[in-house]
Amino acid sequence: MDMGEIIGTTAEDVVARRRWMGVLARASGAEIAARLREAAPLPPHTRLRGPEIGLVMARGRQGGDGAPFNLGEITVTRCTVGLGSAAVGHAYVAGRDARKAELAAVLDAALQDRALRPGLLDAVIEPLATAQAERAARTARKAAATRVDFSTLAVMR
Amino acid sequence: MRAAALSPGLADPVADAQGCFRAVLDAMSRPGSVRRVPADVRPPAPLVPAAAAVLLTLADAATPVWTDAGPDAAAWLAFHAGCPLATSPEDAAFVLACGSPPSLGVLVQGTDEEPHRSATLIAQVAALEAGSGGWRLRGPGIEAEHRLRVSGLPSDFTARWGANRAAFPRGVDLVLCAGREVAALPRTTAIEEG
Amino acid sequence: MAYVAVKGGEQAIGNAHAWLDEARRGDAALPAVSVRQIEEQLSLAVDRVMAEGACHDRSLAALAIKQARGDLIEAAFLLRAYRTTLPRFGASLPLDTGAMRVRRRVSATYKDLPGGQVLGPTFDYTHRLLEFALAADEGEPPVPAPEVPADGATAPRVTGLLAQEGLMADEPPSDAEPGDLTREPLEIPADRPLRLQALARGDEGFLLGLGYSTQRGYGNAHPFVGELRMGEVAVEIAPPELGFAVEIGDILVTECQMVNQFAGSRHEPPQFTRGYGLVFGQGERKAMAMALVDRALRSAELGEETGAPAQDAEFVLYHCDNVEATGFVEHLKLPHYVDFQSELEKLRSLRAAVAAGAEREAAE
Repeated sequence: MDMGEIIGTTAEDVVARRRWMGVLARASGAEIAARLREAAPLPPHTRLRGPEIGLVMARGRQGGDGAPFNLGEITVTRCTVGLGSAAVGHAYVAGRDARKAELAAVLDAALQDRALRPGLLDAVIEPLATAQAERAARTARKAAATRVDFSTLAVMR
Repeated sequence: MRAAALSPGLADPVADAQGCFRAVLDAMSRPGSVRRVPADVRPPAPLVPAAAAVLLTLADAATPVWTDAGPDAAAWLAFHAGCPLATSPEDAAFVLACGSPPSLGVLVQGTDEEPHRSATLIAQVAALEAGSGGWRLRGPGIEAEHRLRVSGLPSDFTARWGANRAAFPRGVDLVLCAGREVAALPRTTAIEEG
Repeated sequence: MAYVAVKGGEQAIGNAHAWLDEARRGDAALPAVSVRQIEEQLSLAVDRVMAEGACHDRSLAALAIKQARGDLIEAAFLLRAYRTTLPRFGASLPLDTGAMRVRRRVSATYKDLPGGQVLGPTFDYTHRLLEFALAADEGEPPVPAPEVPADGATAPRVTGLLAQEGLMADEPPSDAEPGDLTREPLEIPADRPLRLQALARGDEGFLLGLGYSTQRGYGNAHPFVGELRMGEVAVEIAPPELGFAVEIGDILVTECQMVNQFAGSRHEPPQFTRGYGLVFGQGERKAMAMALVDRALRSAELGEETGAPAQDAEFVLYHCDNVEATGFVEHLKLPHYVDFQSELEKLRSLRAAVAAGAEREAAE
């Protein structure tokens, strides 16, 4: 397969890449696989590292905004793949789903290819992002429904 | 990141690292014996498979590594082992020397209370041959004497090793690597030139 | 009776484990509980096991609970044992709890704070009456919780509001690398980041009792819940091979800012100070207890009177870990035949000496 131009490391490229990596990390392996069935087949890849399960130490800050401290670990699966000769894709995703990490790494590599990117954004990333935003919005609406309205109580008196 | 830095690491990370750990453990507990590293790994030059496999087995995020192997090899090690790269040998838990090793005295020596907090020197050498000729080794793990011929270390290495041994319990331990073979000398081993 | 070296019990142990498996399953005529069911329906037990196991993985914690027959300390132990088999890839950037997508956020100090009081899925205001409808095997699922449009604004921290007025002691900004007690054994004195790590993985019951003791007069505490918030935060890491930070997922955490008065010192004016609690999952009681104990452990550095149990860092930090505590307490049931034999012999010789003395006295 012909490979298109690979994106670089400009601020814009990093913003775009951070976004799709975050979207893929939040999606389940089954969701990603389901979206991929709607997309053009991915080019073949080679595994450079992983997928392997490990831990990341999650940190907090004392008082919420002071010096960092170690809160506890979180299971993470990572994978690095090569696509053709130029693009290297990485994935670090919470949890222990090796298949998901590999799919996310392949997608990260493919999305760096300017030729492949628009189709994959449309078929995979945007639908996943929309579903995630809707889930978050639904939680926010439930939280808003439990917000105490003290002024209403004052009127009732 | 350069392509060479991203070539694959151990083919089977868990089994290869376990086998390699066993090889280093055997080599370290029988100083002067030569073991073969049972790992399928093709590291970037100038790393040899044994040195690469030993570091991928032993180094991790908590052990800074210093090496003279150049940026590609260093990046490959950092990528696969997850180890930070030290800027000087004095700051490293593992020192991988492909050329002439740094002076043993500058490496982390541990303390009398915690001698295990010392550096391990991994030296790539031209060849290792056990059994006859070369050094005469004595010390814990050796019933009478082991012979080990090491090609490719600086001529004053045995004198430097003597000084290292004198600081016991502090001091560094040595892993020698040639091709797929590994031998080891804990700080307790005495070397006499053949 | 003399000491005799013995070996055995293999078959007894094997049979005991077989019985354990059977007991775990319970009545085989009933359907087995699935890990997914535990994850979804015993979610606060899952949260507690993740917090005390110091390892965030919902399905592993649920599996541990199933395997441990609901013994949550045993489950935390299983999770701790599992984590030792995994490599550490690195540390996250510090969680930005200020950007939390809050499900619950209440303040006991300000009624009308920006962002409002959001109750979330809480047991508060329930009547604590058993709901017998839940005892039905196949109850109808509850009606979906009501939704109203959300304004999308994040909730600013209460401590920030006080800090703007100069009434809250600042947390000095720092990106210092924190100590890690999973890598280095805990040593006293321990700085605050290390203490917070120990408390975050500490036993909820132990910390709850200690926190309660500070309220009852063992330590001079006058705490207010400045803010308690629970919700999702993004976990970000910056792998060296990427050169920028990426989000690896969202986790649910609970944070408590406990506000305490501080009389001031020669160097500082009277002001409020913070006790801080942060735990994995929805763990409000634990976060509050942690914040109380964190503040109590700061008493020495703030120049306050000390001496109460909750203010004794060595006492608190060395005893709050329930996996360590259960190991040392429960090992007492393992064979101590030789130790005890020596105690017996000592006691017999003491008694023989006393008896001999009494005989001599009687003879004299």
